[in-house]
Amino acid sequence: MSSPRIVITGMGLVTPLGHDVETVWAGLLSCDSGVGKIDHFDASTFPTTFAAQVRDYDYRDFVKFPELHEGVGLNTGFALGAAAQAWEMAGLDKFEGLDRTRLGIYLGSGEGSLDFENYFASNLAGWDDHAKAIDGAKWAATATQKMTAVREIEQEPNMPLTHLAMEFDAQGPAYNCLTACAASTQAIGEATEILRRGDADVMITGGAHTMIHPLGVTGFNRLTALSNRNDDPRGASRPFSVDRDGFVMGEGAGMLVIETLEHAEARGATVLAEIAGYGSTADAYRITDIHPEGRGAAKSMNLALEDAGLGLDDIDYISAHGTGTKENDSIETKAVKVVFGERAKSIPMSSIKSMLGHLIAAAGSVEAVVCVLAIRDQKLPPTHNLNNPDPECDLDYVANASRDGKVDVCLSNSFGFGGQNDTLIIKRV
Amino acid sequence: MTRKVVISGVGPVSGLGLGIEPTWEGVCAGRSAVSRIEAFDPSGFGCQVGGEVEAFKINQFVPKSHRKATKVMARDIQLAVVAADYAARDAGLMTKGTDPDGGKNGDFKTTYDPARVGCHIGAGLIAADLTELTGALVEARDDNGDFDIHKWGSEGMEHLTPLWLLKYLPNMLACHVTIIHDNRGPSNTITCGEASAMLSIGESLRVIQRGKADLCFCGGAESKMNPMVYYRQELTGRLNAGSNHDPGEAVRPYDEGAAGMVAGDGGGIVMLEALETYQGRGGENAYAQVVGFGASQSVNREAKNMEPDPQGKAVVSSVSAALREAGIQADQIDLVVGFGCGVASWDRAEVNGLKAVLGDRLKDVPVVSLRAMVGNCGAGGGGVDIAVAAKALREQKVPAVINRDTPMDGLGGSAASMDAALRHVLVFNMGFGGQNTAMVLKAIDR
Repeated sequence: MSSPRIVITGMGLVTPLGHDVETVWAGLLSCDSGVGKIDHFDASTFPTTFAAQVRDYDYRDFVKFPELHEGVGLNTGFALGAAAQAWEMAGLDKFEGLDRTRLGIYLGSGEGSLDFENYFASNLAGWDDHAKAIDGAKWAATATQKMTAVREIEQEPNMPLTHLAMEFDAQGPAYNCLTACAASTQAIGEATEILRRGDADVMITGGAHTMIHPLGVTGFNRLTALSNRNDDPRGASRPFSVDRDGFVMGEGAGMLVIETLEHAEARGATVLAEIAGYGSTADAYRITDIHPEGRGAAKSMNLALEDAGLGLDDIDYISAHGTGTKENDSIETKAVKVVFGERAKSIPMSSIKSMLGHLIAAAGSVEAVVCVLAIRDQKLPPTHNLNNPDPECDLDYVANASRDGKVDVCLSNSFGFGGQNDTLIIKRV
Repeated sequence: MTRKVVISGVGPVSGLGLGIEPTWEGVCAGRSAVSRIEAFDPSGFGCQVGGEVEAFKINQFVPKSHRKATKVMARDIQLAVVAADYAARDAGLMTKGTDPDGGKNGDFKTTYDPARVGCHIGAGLIAADLTELTGALVEARDDNGDFDIHKWGSEGMEHLTPLWLLKYLPNMLACHVTIIHDNRGPSNTITCGEASAMLSIGESLRVIQRGKADLCFCGGAESKMNPMVYYRQELTGRLNAGSNHDPGEAVRPYDEGAAGMVAGDGGGIVMLEALETYQGRGGENAYAQVVGFGASQSVNREAKNMEPDPQGKAVVSSVSAALREAGIQADQIDLVVGFGCGVASWDRAEVNGLKAVLGDRLKDVPVVSLRAMVGNCGAGGGGVDIAVAAKALREQKVPAVINRDTPMDGLGGSAASMDAALRHVLVFNMGFGGQNTAMVLKAIDR
């Protein structure tokens, strides 16, 4: 028995380049950048002082039941806005016939941000200078005075999922995965599998995340994973460029509504594209490094192609993971060559992280939306800031300007810190 | 036709002990591992008791090639690594991690091609070790002793080890396990609170069924024994602050006197294996077959999902889905290993849901909750539950029920462990946040 075809019928975006799909797409095609000075907190003395923030955004402009979501963290707010857009685009706001126990959610969303002011204050108050350790009782004395329940509980990584379930009364299979930078690509892949098995009729899927907070920036700065190009924030995210010096943090959400083709057709929904293939692997190599030959990445692409029943010649565009770190971009290039051989050079491949920054868990879902738009408009989004190509990165990265092109099938890669790799294949219907 | 999947090894880790032997002995004896918290001074909190895992040396569970990486393992990661080691050995598997030479010997051959081995491990929100983090924060104090973010940005943060962040990424449980055992198949990290481990085991089941792997390491692990994580539990209002003097009786699952939960640390990894490849490698002593799985979401808008739907509608849909896939009726369930966290409203919703599916059968079969003995191990709890359910099928024995003098709604009360003919066991978990998951395990015909 062949499994049912799974299609995308709704999409939503909340990103540093805008809070709706068309604005973000127009920004990407015109090589705009969402990167600027960090103002979520005072990062002025940090090694990195900039990021791509979502600005002037309020989830309450999007949801039907704002009273259910009071006190949510940024990531949940992003998730709600993007999902509400996708829901409406799919026409589900006006569709009465949905069995809510067959409406599932699979997100790849991140954890919420700590209540830093009170957290740091509690830690310092709890510090025993003689023992050089935290005194649990002293810590509790301050924490119990300062911290609040909603602010703490909203940090749990299943909270975006929980709020989406309430907003849309989704009672079907419900998951959140958090495989670092691969999370939302994996979520879309697994949501596809749930529909293929017939365990739901409709799935809301995608991801939301922000790590633009004091310990997020600290953590990535300590790993020396971030660009330090403080004098040129908009030029800092430069995937595949020889002078790339790390990724740029972004934040936001991308959401899809997906369903079986049969279900979409039966309710008269507009079909935007098909999720034709999904591949997932682990590097099983090192905590700190990608496998130098891109073993897991290549295998993930091969599995997705096999799953889609497509050949190497069928891929028209690759949405790269393309973070702008030294390691990722050269190894991803190598892995694409391993998979596609001679054809690699003739497949356009770009990284929109050059404009949006890296949305971490949410990155893959935004890139999936962009693949659908590329198919719709037959346009390739560019890789911004690619003026000094790395000799090791010698593919067609659609440098610095979008262009027209035949795009019927896209392959989208996401690779997580720690070695979890995921690939989706998105296809015109 | 769907591939059959069996549990070939289990590795529970909880306050009852490391591995299935002490765990099984403990649940059969009805021993509670709940006691005063030792990981930190709990005297500033209302509830001061919990279920803690005994001290262990992580290096004993990690091959030489990966020992350096133990420095970047938060406790949650360590628990997963230990559980995976127990599970792999219990299943008689040769991996890079279980091979005494760490895969270095030229003759070394793994039981499975690494590309055919998946890994799905649920995780919680891992908190930074407060002493480690604060040891750096104190370097960024201003003249008043308060935190100065300018000082932190320019010099304070350098007191954190460069790899600091990697200790706390939830996917690192799976990543360390995949590296240690060389699992190169699909790998995921599900973060749905208490439902995480069983959702992960369910995902492994699906991955094997659709032929993307032949073997999966799956389950979950979490430690709530950190003041920050712990206080987050207290802020939910779900901890029982009234049993600090009689910790063994603190958690009373499905009892009219249910007064709250206690936190635990622990988890469990189980080995799911395609029956055909298991038999192909000579396996003939699997614990159980996994025959049904279901997942659902509870929606309670009135309580903003901080409480389950009181009728347990999501319990009904996930359990029904699992029974449907198993092809069995309610009266074929012989044992229920439930969530039973000991928080009255959650236990009641669970019982209401179970009753709606199982009807009178719920009164006739034992309903066990391990939370009474090990506490709430968060994302890891379901791993312990599945391990114990699998062992119960192998041993044809029901674990003890404790702390249930006044059972809810006609359920059986406290009881000693007993022999029983067990064919199907239903395991059910729900996460705070509303994710529900059910699984049916079936005895192996012997």
